[in-house]
Amino acid sequence: MARPADRFPASTAKSAFPYLLAVAFALTFALSLRAAQVDPRLLFDAQALGNVARFVRGALPPKLDPEFLGMLARPAAETIQISVMGMVIAVLLGAPLGLLATSSLTWRGILHERVTRRARLMLGAAPYGAARALLSVFRSIPEYVWALMFVRAVGLGPFPGVLAIGVAYGGMLGKVYSEILEAVNPRPLETLHAAGAGKAGVVLYGLLPEALPHVVSYTLYRWECAIRASAILGFVGAGGLGQQIELSMRMFQFDEVLTLLAVLLLLVGTVDFISGRIRARVVR
Amino acid sequence: MSAVALSRRRWSPWLIVAGLGALVGWSYHGTRVDMGALLSVEGLRQIGVYVARLFPPDLSAGALRDAAIAAVETFAISLVGSVLAACIAFPLALGATRTILYHGVLYEGQRLGRAPKALRLGVYAASKTVLAVLRTVPEIVWALIFVFVVGLGPFPGVLALGVHTGGVLGKLFGEVLEDVDPRPLEALQSTGASRLRIVLYGILPQAIPQFVSYALYRWEVNIRAAAILGLVGAGGLGQRVYVAISLFLEHQLLTLILAIYVMVTLVDALSAWLRARVL
Repeated sequence: MARPADRFPASTAKSAFPYLLAVAFALTFALSLRAAQVDPRLLFDAQALGNVARFVRGALPPKLDPEFLGMLARPAAETIQISVMGMVIAVLLGAPLGLLATSSLTWRGILHERVTRRARLMLGAAPYGAARALLSVFRSIPEYVWALMFVRAVGLGPFPGVLAIGVAYGGMLGKVYSEILEAVNPRPLETLHAAGAGKAGVVLYGLLPEALPHVVSYTLYRWECAIRASAILGFVGAGGLGQQIELSMRMFQFDEVLTLLAVLLLLVGTVDFISGRIRARVVR
Repeated sequence: MSAVALSRRRWSPWLIVAGLGALVGWSYHGTRVDMGALLSVEGLRQIGVYVARLFPPDLSAGALRDAAIAAVETFAISLVGSVLAACIAFPLALGATRTILYHGVLYEGQRLGRAPKALRLGVYAASKTVLAVLRTVPEIVWALIFVFVVGLGPFPGVLALGVHTGGVLGKLFGEVLEDVDPRPLEALQSTGASRLRIVLYGILPQAIPQFVSYALYRWEVNIRAAAILGLVGAGGLGQRVYVAISLFLEHQLLTLILAIYVMVTLVDALSAWLRARVL
């Protein structure tokens, strides 16, 4: 946290931090410009402008013939299905790991007051550390890398997409679940504890009711992200709309790309709407 | 928004549970998920064999150098892309903020005429629409488009991240601008400050720490996205990952995965530290 001196610029105690930060940032940014081979001229030379014109002319009007639209029903449905099943697996992975990764459940705080330090570290801290490490690996490897590996393991189709979303999002859900559980107000728990409730009682009647709305809300929010991810995973052969978008783009069928984007927009919008309505219901 | 939500009937919990249940059943059927086969002895053995094949990571000088170059490129794409995103988002967010354009404390004293008001409504609608289009098209599709426009390499990756994230940040920035505490603005107004001054000294100082915080958060998202864009030829680690998987270079693949892991973790830590300093 910032010291009070940093928070009030009028204070006479000046910190060098902002200046150091600005210099470091400018330096990193300048080096990054070179490493990323940024060259704005490329955007405005004749060839690029020609390509933009070609793209726009090709994309308008979007392709709306019934045959093409009929062909999209299947991948569109698949995109939703992958996101839903991916979330199911993510919850199945994330919930138990998230519980283990919650220090207030495994080894710290009022649930463990009567346990010796040694037993706490042996029985609680070890699974806690393992669960946190596993969650970190799950979420730090991007979905598409998981998808590429699962395509290798179980073959092309929607199943590897489901597994990829399940593992990557399981890692995110587990981390956030544990953060939600740790942020629960401890006072109701202490009251339950003082009233003689056992551990299970404290968890079931104190911890979970406080945490559940946030858990459900965050899971639904992640579903909104999963539908976008599920569309992307098609690029690596894991089913859904992405596969079709890449195909149309590579064949320079820009009118198909525009239609596909519109369908994607519709799907994402529908999921956002449903999820938003349920979230409004769950968290007031 | 809340008034609308309240006036409509809320969905019953049973309807929600039944609906979600049906959705899961339909999805289970459609994705041909075969958990039995995956978790069978044979399935688990195959996964074990595959994971074992990844080890040990290729730590030869050549592989490490290659991974380091790709990691630097990915980092650069994410950083420049995020800065570009903030530059795109800021002006569009100003245009997408009703309280700056035509509504609220700033306009309490003097009403706008009909023509200026219509013009400002137009600016608002246009900014909102542009932001929506920018953020609705996924990064990877933007990357495909920019690869088509400017050719292969990390630069189209930067543009793709900048444009998509610009749309996301613009929406978030706009929400921040509309949600600032109105009391300092009223205080400024009562001293006779002009609209420009109120925006400069009342609204922006409240909003900028939030802007920085959101931009840092999106940087964390973008470092992951930058590792994906290589898939369509937009440079960075993604391209190498794709090659390594396609050519069955499992040991190199693990090196690259470790590089992604290390970089993502570092950026997360750096961003969290900076956010704690800013807010």
